[in-house]
Amino acid sequence: MKQGIYTIKENKRIADGIWKMVLAGDGTAVTAPGQFINIKLDGRFLRRPISVHDADDTSITIIYKVLGRGTEDMTSYAPGKELDVLAGLGNGFDPTASEKPLLIGGGVGIPPLYLLAKKLIAAGRSVQVVLGFNAKEDAFCIGEFEALGCKVSVASLDGSLGVKGFVTDALPSPDTYDCFYTCGPLPMLRALDGAIPAGIPGQLSFEERMGCGFGACMGCTVPVKGGYKRICKDGPVLAREEIVWEK
Amino acid sequence: MGEVTNRLAVDLCGIALDNPVIPASGTFGYGREFAEVYDINILGTFSFKGTTKDPRLGNLTPRIAETPCGMLNAVGLQNPGVDKVIEEELPNLAKIFHKPVMANVSGFSVDDYVYTCEKLDQQPQVGWLEVNISCPNVHGGGMSFGTDPAAAAEVTRAVKAVTAKPVIVKLSPNVTDIVSIAKACEDAGADGISLINTLLGMRIDLKTRRPILANTTGGLSGPAVFPVALRMVYQVAHAVSVPVVGMGGVTTAEDVLEMMMAGAAAVEVGAANLVDPFACKKIIEDLPAAMDKYGISTLSELKG
Ligand SMILES: Cc1cc2nc3c(=O)[nH]c(=O)nc-3n(C[C@H](O)[C@H](O)[C@H](O)COP(=O)(O)OP(=O)(O)OC[C@H]3O[C@@H](n4cnc5c(N)ncnc54)[C@H](O)[C@@H]3O)c2cc1C
Ligand SMILES: Cc1cc2nc3c(=O)[nH]c(=O)nc-3n(C[C@H](O)[C@H](O)[C@H](O)COP(=O)(O)O)c2cc1C
Ligand code: FES
Repeated sequence: MKQGIYTIKENKRIADGIWKMVLAGDGTAVTAPGQFINIKLDGRFLRRPISVHDADDTSITIIYKVLGRGTEDMTSYAPGKELDVLAGLGNGFDPTASEKPLLIGGGVGIPPLYLLAKKLIAAGRSVQVVLGFNAKEDAFCIGEFEALGCKVSVASLDGSLGVKGFVTDALPSPDTYDCFYTCGPLPMLRALDGAIPAGIPGQLSFEERMGCGFGACMGCTVPVKGGYKRICKDGPVLAREEIVWEK
Repeated sequence: MGEVTNRLAVDLCGIALDNPVIPASGTFGYGREFAEVYDINILGTFSFKGTTKDPRLGNLTPRIAETPCGMLNAVGLQNPGVDKVIEEELPNLAKIFHKPVMANVSGFSVDDYVYTCEKLDQQPQVGWLEVNISCPNVHGGGMSFGTDPAAAAEVTRAVKAVTAKPVIVKLSPNVTDIVSIAKACEDAGADGISLINTLLGMRIDLKTRRPILANTTGGLSGPAVFPVALRMVYQVAHAVSVPVVGMGGVTTAEDVLEMMMAGAAAVEVGAANLVDPFACKKIIEDLPAAMDKYGISTLSELKG
């Protein structure tokens, strides 16, 4: 974890209710794809956890959905504004776990998969990606994954883009991947666990409401097989075999 | 130290503190996450996560909700149990923290408290036992030990009988008359009183029309509670003769001074650590300038 002051370089709407923000500052604080940052907002007591979409030495990019008051406020932040950010939070995905990776993202679960895809492509893997949206209007990032050289399939609930249905309706044949990486709404993660053959390992990224985001308050603890884990520190990525689904 | 006096030094139940700043239980874990980013030996001490006789997984999530100027938590005393704390956490702590630590203890029966305190009493690293009496008394029908003077006194007496270390009883603010509880603890032998624990509250999610917290209710803390906490610290400090540790919403060096002016011998900082991991470090660094500003030469002169 590193605390830093980051300057907003860019903050723009990229789809219906979806915004992209580029933060100039120490990007080396991000040590793995799938990590998140925790942002202090004006007038809000708790920080807001948002996944790292992309990072290089001098910047961190996030993609956020307008959900409540905090993310609504964020849309009004202009370039040049400084933000107090805790970066390098969470364990992140392990890109070395797969030869033939499949990445599956739903909605604002897609952003953390981008830096992962970048690392996998850089390591010479051929990467399959399945992205799920509600409709064409809230779709984003498809071109970015394609530009990296990933093989991208899309599903949308209303059928306005790609396959009509859920990401589970757009999964490739199980013999084409040896591991899956995913982030998205809980029902999607659960459906994937049901749809993907049991022998295939997976890394699944979870969300919880957080107090601190760095492991101090036990605000985000969930039961896992053989114990419990803090989603912010021991997660947000959990291995498929350790997940306890019933809650 | 000869001529050089530490302006920030205070005494807590006979143990010298380099400064009065103490991260509050439940907001600092066992120190590890903070030791990764600063040397936690600059602290007066810290109060570690509430420890119980048996391991506790705590409540279901969501456990956290935001409030105006504060937060609700319903962690439910998640901790590995006193045996694991002694086996694993204290040896780990010894590597990163070289001062006496404050051991925060919870229980659901008098026997629970006694069991846990007896074990922690044997640990040389432990300086003080901070006995949190805000949990429900399962044997007493679920009523909190901290809301009944007789029950509070009973726990205090039982714990004092098994430890030679200073016992600081931590009070719940969810009572009509905090002074009567504090006095009952003092009369039963408490070496100090700490307050306040969190104030019971709740939030409802407008979209789902259901409580945000899985536990329905949770404890409010953060700057929102500061004036309430200050009032209670003032009332208790003027009614008892043992030292009082003040907490509730403390975020700045000025808040520390205000708590001490209300009668606190030392000050705990809770929720502020969660929002800013460097909160206590900054408070300690800011104290000398804040003292200069208000004409305070040493903190020990403020007490009382
Ligand atoms: C590890 C992690 C990564 C995330 N990555 C992204 C991302 O890349 N893009 C994105 O759009 N969103 C992401 N989220 C969700 C994001 O944190 C919430 O949408 C955001 O906090 C909502 O804030 P708000 O003020 O708009 O909503 P409000 O409902 O007003 O927030 C009130 C409080 O609840 C918390 N909260 C509300 N919803 C959530 C939620 N779903 N998860 C966690 N806390 C919540 C807020 O942080 C705040 O403390 C992530 C969450 C986690 C835990
Ligand atoms: C997440 C969280 C966990 C807490 N856990 C404990 C605990 O285990 N034992 C205890 O005595 N107090 C616990 N508290 C209460 C704090 O120690 C403190 O009394 C209270 O939060 C008021 O201080 P603050 O406003 O500075 O946070 C907890 C508070 C928070 C926010
Ligand atoms: S949010 Fe505090 S421990 Fe995870």
